[in-house]
Amino acid sequence: MTATAVRELSFGQAINEAIRQEMRRDANIIVMGEDVAGAAGRAHLGFVDAWGGPLRATRGLITEFGPERILDTPIAEMGFLGAGVGAAMSGLRPIVEIMFVDLIGCCYDQIMNQAAKMHYMMGGQVDLPLVIRTAYGTRGGDKRTYGGGAGAQHSQTLYAVLAHIPGLKVVVPSTAYNAKGLTVSAIRDNGPVIILEHKFLGLRAKGPVPEELYTVPIGRAEIVRRGRDVTLCGIGRMTHICSEVAESLAAEGINAEVVDVLTLSPLDEDTILESVSRTRRLVVVDEDTPVCSVARDIAARVAEKGFDNLDAPIKTVTAPDTPVPFSAVLEAHYTPGPAQVIAAVHELFGTGA
Amino acid sequence: MYERLTLIREFEERLKWLVETGVPVGAVHYYTGQEACAVGVCAALQPSDWIASTHRGHGHCIAKGVEVHRMMAELYGKTTGSNRAKGGSMHITDVRVGMLGVNPIVGMGVTHAVGAALSAKVRKTSQVAAAFFGEGGASIGAVHEAMNLAAIWKLPVIFVCENNGYAQATPVEYAVSVPRIADRAAAYSMPGVTVDGQDTVAVWEAAAIAVERARRGEGPSLIECMTYRYYGHHQGDDTTRYRTREEEQAARDRDCIRRFREQMLDQQLLTAAELDAIESANNKKIDAAVAFAESSPLPQPCDLFTDVYVPARPGEPE
Repeated sequence: MTATAVRELSFGQAINEAIRQEMRRDANIIVMGEDVAGAAGRAHLGFVDAWGGPLRATRGLITEFGPERILDTPIAEMGFLGAGVGAAMSGLRPIVEIMFVDLIGCCYDQIMNQAAKMHYMMGGQVDLPLVIRTAYGTRGGDKRTYGGGAGAQHSQTLYAVLAHIPGLKVVVPSTAYNAKGLTVSAIRDNGPVIILEHKFLGLRAKGPVPEELYTVPIGRAEIVRRGRDVTLCGIGRMTHICSEVAESLAAEGINAEVVDVLTLSPLDEDTILESVSRTRRLVVVDEDTPVCSVARDIAARVAEKGFDNLDAPIKTVTAPDTPVPFSAVLEAHYTPGPAQVIAAVHELFGTGA
Repeated sequence: MYERLTLIREFEERLKWLVETGVPVGAVHYYTGQEACAVGVCAALQPSDWIASTHRGHGHCIAKGVEVHRMMAELYGKTTGSNRAKGGSMHITDVRVGMLGVNPIVGMGVTHAVGAALSAKVRKTSQVAAAFFGEGGASIGAVHEAMNLAAIWKLPVIFVCENNGYAQATPVEYAVSVPRIADRAAAYSMPGVTVDGQDTVAVWEAAAIAVERARRGEGPSLIECMTYRYYGHHQGDDTTRYRTREEEQAARDRDCIRRFREQMLDQQLLTAAELDAIESANNKKIDAAVAFAESSPLPQPCDLFTDVYVPARPGEPE
């Protein structure tokens, strides 16, 4: 990779750039979804590109690639995601946006029974180079955040029900840098990949992003902070909470390592197990609800394969086993934050309040 | 009807002002401009009848009789809200007045109204259900499945499509394959009509015919109301990115409230003083609703865990 200027981009802009650069490289890539451009069919009135998705990640693409490759859809998730599956089986590389992950209920069969199983049950006859992008998460009581106060059906972190399905890759980027790299990897993957993009990060996170195309590998976790006393394992926005907590723990002499999981399926067990073998303590922080969750899957795997390396029970910090409440007060309490993570670490060390 | 029309308008205008002055009420979708649809349809229903709504549901709630102070408290996230702070704008529900819920998963309310109609038919209650949906929701597969069920079972339901021209920023002529959504009624062997959705009386007349047919056990009908939302898809949406000022002004020139007022005055059914008195009473009602919401208590963290599971009710078998 040649050294070029590294600019600050937002998370959404980084995804936009990944899609744009890949679309220039490969004419078979198309984008589909509700208002991925907006104002469809109104170019004669001077309107194009009115929306650009909830994170503005597809804004501007239609002006470069036109309505043949940037397809606004009616509100018909089951239909257009199914069309994405069919298109992927027959030569295209579709990137389909499901506006919010809560809406996968409207098209779950296409994900669970169709996309994820095609390659396997057809004996490897078809590739399925399909990318599904979708926004997730609560505002965590932050009143300024877009998508906040959206209640039980527009605030969920529904990745466990996706990671559960064999054949499907599930990635959760956490920074503008890895959002671009993982999006490129997802587009180049010959199987179905779902990318979950946190609403809060999507519009607020900014970071250095190289201009040239690069990939961040799917299936690889990243150690984002080195430490020796405890491993904090974060997913998506929760990785930022873990880093924040690591800073404040350092002040009290606890040196935390932070692992950004990045891919939920296939999970990079090795990186997590290796980290725990050094720190001997593990806290998994997950914004999803706890039952059958990724957090508990990670805990179970470490308990099975790394039990001898543990000096304390594994802790998980998750949302409670309830739907997402509307009221900002309750939503702030619902979403895992630094206080709960610190409390979990203190329990491991037998310190604190 | 004028009372309900102007109460909805006043509620939404006040809400818009609250949003713009920074009151955190969560995600909201203003109904302003479409009042004739909710009011015309609900005027043809009995209090015991059911409705199911969309994400843009404040108007349906008020038209069916949900109290505005409980709605406002819900938007403020207070325990006195219709949904005890658990729902917010996109889930306002009041089963006591037959309001089965605002529902932001597009098209799903339609299926629930069909279920309510099935319930009415099985229980022989003579209730009717009205399913509100947008022209955007008309593309959802489940809506078509529900229409077919209603038709084959001759369920007492009326399908009310509020065609406001835009699914978020996607224009109807792009997203829908037929010139009129009412044309689709033929596919389910039910009557389909398109009415001026900014004429409250026209909506009411069409709804009354459909409700009577449903109550007689003759099955569902589809009414398409041609209407317009004056503001964006939600509070942050900039409509200038996808529609013209001229088009917006033309819709406002056909404003349903002004039109209804003129009809009442022309036909000497109500005087200007009487109409003004209704508006002024509504203004006070909204003042009181805001005061109620502001003074109501916020939930406690423990409230997060209430109502997760449905309890057994007294007197039920174990």
